[in-house]
Amino acid sequence: MNQQANSATAQPEEAAQYLTVNLGNEEYGVDILAVREIRGWTPVTRIPQAPGYVLGVLNLRGAIVPVLDLRLRFGLAREEYTATTVTVIVMVNGRQFGVVVDAVSDVVEVAPGDVRPVPDMGTTVDTEYLKGLTTVAERMVLLLDVDRLLQPQDAQMLEAALASTDVKAVA
Amino acid sequence: MSKVDLAQFHKAFYEESLDGLDAMEQALLALDEGAEDPELINVVFRAAHSIKGGAATFGFTDVAAFTHVAENLMDEVRSGRRPMEKAVVELLLRSGDTVRDMLSLSMTGQPAATAESQALLAELSAMVSGVAVAPVAAAKAAAPAEAIEGWDIAFRPFDYLLKSGNDPARMFRELEALGPLAVTCDASKLPALADMDAESSYLGWTLSLDAGAKRAAVEGVFDWVDGDCDLTVTPRIAAPAPVAAAVAAAPVAAAAPRTVRDPAANSESSSVRVGIEKIDTLINLVGELVITQSMLSQFNDGVDASQLEMLRHGLAQLGRHTRELQESVMSIRMLPISTVFNRFPRLVRDLAQKLDKKVVLDMRGETTELDKTVLEKIGDPLVHLVRNAIDHGLEMPDKRLAAGKGDTGTLRLEAFHRGGSIVVEVADNGAGLNREAIVAKAIQRGIIATGEGMSDEAVSDLIFEAGFSTAAATTDLSGRGVGMDVVRRNVMDLGGTVAIRSVQGSGTTFTITLPLTLAIIDGLTAAVGEEIYIVPLVSIIESVQVKPDTVRSVAGGGELFRFRDNWMPIVRLFDVFGCAGQRRAVDEGIVIVVEGEGTRIGLFVDELIGQQQAVVKSLEANYRRVTGISGATILADGSVALIADVTGLVRMQARRKAA
Amino acid sequence: MAKILAVDDSASMRSMVAFTLRGAGHDVEEADNGQAALDSAAVHKFDLILADVNMPVMDGITMVREIRTRADYRGIPILMLTTESNPEKKMEGKAAGATGWLVKPFDPDQLLATVNRVLG
Repeated sequence: MNQQANSATAQPEEAAQYLTVNLGNEEYGVDILAVREIRGWTPVTRIPQAPGYVLGVLNLRGAIVPVLDLRLRFGLAREEYTATTVTVIVMVNGRQFGVVVDAVSDVVEVAPGDVRPVPDMGTTVDTEYLKGLTTVAERMVLLLDVDRLLQPQDAQMLEAALASTDVKAVA
Repeated sequence: MSKVDLAQFHKAFYEESLDGLDAMEQALLALDEGAEDPELINVVFRAAHSIKGGAATFGFTDVAAFTHVAENLMDEVRSGRRPMEKAVVELLLRSGDTVRDMLSLSMTGQPAATAESQALLAELSAMVSGVAVAPVAAAKAAAPAEAIEGWDIAFRPFDYLLKSGNDPARMFRELEALGPLAVTCDASKLPALADMDAESSYLGWTLSLDAGAKRAAVEGVFDWVDGDCDLTVTPRIAAPAPVAAAVAAAPVAAAAPRTVRDPAANSESSSVRVGIEKIDTLINLVGELVITQSMLSQFNDGVDASQLEMLRHGLAQLGRHTRELQESVMSIRMLPISTVFNRFPRLVRDLAQKLDKKVVLDMRGETTELDKTVLEKIGDPLVHLVRNAIDHGLEMPDKRLAAGKGDTGTLRLEAFHRGGSIVVEVADNGAGLNREAIVAKAIQRGIIATGEGMSDEAVSDLIFEAGFSTAAATTDLSGRGVGMDVVRRNVMDLGGTVAIRSVQGSGTTFTITLPLTLAIIDGLTAAVGEEIYIVPLVSIIESVQVKPDTVRSVAGGGELFRFRDNWMPIVRLFDVFGCAGQRRAVDEGIVIVVEGEGTRIGLFVDELIGQQQAVVKSLEANYRRVTGISGATILADGSVALIADVTGLVRMQARRKAA
Repeated sequence: MAKILAVDDSASMRSMVAFTLRGAGHDVEEADNGQAALDSAAVHKFDLILADVNMPVMDGITMVREIRTRADYRGIPILMLTTESNPEKKMEGKAAGATGWLVKPFDPDQLLATVNRVLG
């Protein structure tokens, strides 16, 4: 029960709105308050020393914004980037980044009481990036914890990767 | 009641006070050196006077009380009652520092009076003859109550009264506000019409006020005309009251509420004051841009061949205006380096005094402009270099004489443009760096094993190594736990370099080279695999095509190539950045020879595309720092290109070598 | 509504005065020294001038003396913004032709009260 209470972030009383996006056969929810913009796919500029799921950076009206592929983030195979592939620009803790998904589908309203904890099984996704799951019109929607998608553990991982790059170059 | 929030003026007050204090300090230093311009004394007086007035108005009573006494001291000097002696200059210099501290405390909503300021205030008060410590907003003693029924007033203005803008009718209206008023006019002195001057006053009045108002209130109505009229104010009283009280100015208390300041409002970088001429230039440019735009808009419906020349002309004009507009906008961020240099006369004077050394400060190029961000960060490194030069560089007078030099050392502080950079030099004509002492210290610190075979240049560079200090004992002056390595790091963080040139016996020169601005760089665009990188022009020595026979492989997989008789490592950007695309052989591409931290390396790229100005964007704002990359920019097609960080690449190469 | 000239070398004082007076519906011009005030007074026709005493370039007293020689400013009220520490300045200001004074420090309410006093 505790976990359930926690999962309903900012307004425990009110229903939160989520933008649902498709990834393979699964449907994920992104807190609508974090969504800034939905764009069609455009090529990005690769950044050195970045983990594989960080595709690169793009120019968002003069700001340099990193873009990550949610499929790669969750260890799924990379799809072709097509006309329907979209980049959802989110803003978390004052930082903007893009999340590439297969398609966006819907905006749904989720009451806090309808959010259940994620059982540690059954999905391809590491539960670390999920706030919970809910059911909308008999579809299961996994609620993403956007804050954690591009967060400190990445930086640490990258530092480690960087160090090993140096070692490799010497060897 | 008005609802004016005085807090909105605090920042302006703070900024102008700091300017005033700077001007005051400069004037005091000039006076200290024997200048006799009375305007200098006025400048000092005015600074104290203005800060006092503003502080009292905006509710900073501690600051007002302090500056009030400083102002009185200056007033004595100004009126010739006190000579401008060393002790006065000294005390006022310290007072300036204290006021600066008090102001910044006030701005953050903290009490400005500290033990230190109180002690100095006592010193000031002691120096000023017969001045109480805090006369500002001193409470006036309450007058004894008078049982007054009304007032009889006889008022006859002198004939010039009207010329001062005072109007008897206005005064009567004010009296009427105090109670019922009866007015009798005496026109007996009215001249014949022909003799009358329209702007003179010939009338007299007797007035009777039927109200028990306070004497101060009644006399207050006439306070501006005291001395310009015959005036008797007599109370109709039940009990007698003293009449002798002098007309006093209406006491005004500093009633402004003290507002707690948002500390962010105090942040130095939050605003830039821009000269009006820069704004005017901008406005003119935008005006021209609008004209060009309207000229070009006629081609909306297509161009026929006869108009091509006109279109070309319009586009060229647009290009020129855009460039000028960009320069103009950038110049708003530019401030003269004098804002940093200004602190040095004082610093040098104090240091020299403390060390019993004789130093002349020679400042040049103070009007050279630098980006505000660069300017804010270059102050500390410069202070360190100046302290070092006086502490360690310049010798004591007797030593200088013994060495056949004048007893007074010279410290030159100079800023100038060189290419696309700003150069700041700190030069002394002192003893120069002691090679033996540096080598010995470096060996002791384990930085090098031996000094043999090292060039003087390389030995001098050792002082920039972390943990190195040339001072035998850590002195109060330079040894604040900050070494030259910090100076170098600070300069490098600004995209600059520090070089050192020393001649034993005749002096040391530090040369800091800084980018004009951090916001725009000139760069070389290079293709690496399928990607494009930008290399800052300022770090580039030369671009060369290497022949396979000038390249040598070394153990561990590295490559060296010969450049002007030196072998230097080749850093393949393709590998360092893990680029996508085809890897090329060394003779299929270009090596860009770059220098960072005094070390040269060759960056191997596939080809050079061109040269362009790049507006530097931060990668860290939304992502994080990437080793070897200093930022990003947006290319003409809207895509993003990364900017190579030469210093970072040099360090990476050094780490690789060390591993 | 009156047209008022605020003369002070301190930008913060000047903007406080101007802001307060504008809030009361007056039309305010600003000048940062006596010379600038004279220049402004040649262009505009002011109903009231408020002038600081100590200023660079030209002080307030000199400014008042100068402006009183101009026919159209002979009877216009001019108030000196003076400080308590300088009572002799009040007399000097008056001798030069000032109408009266407002003693620093003053707050916006005191300023408005005094301005209303001369504007009637």
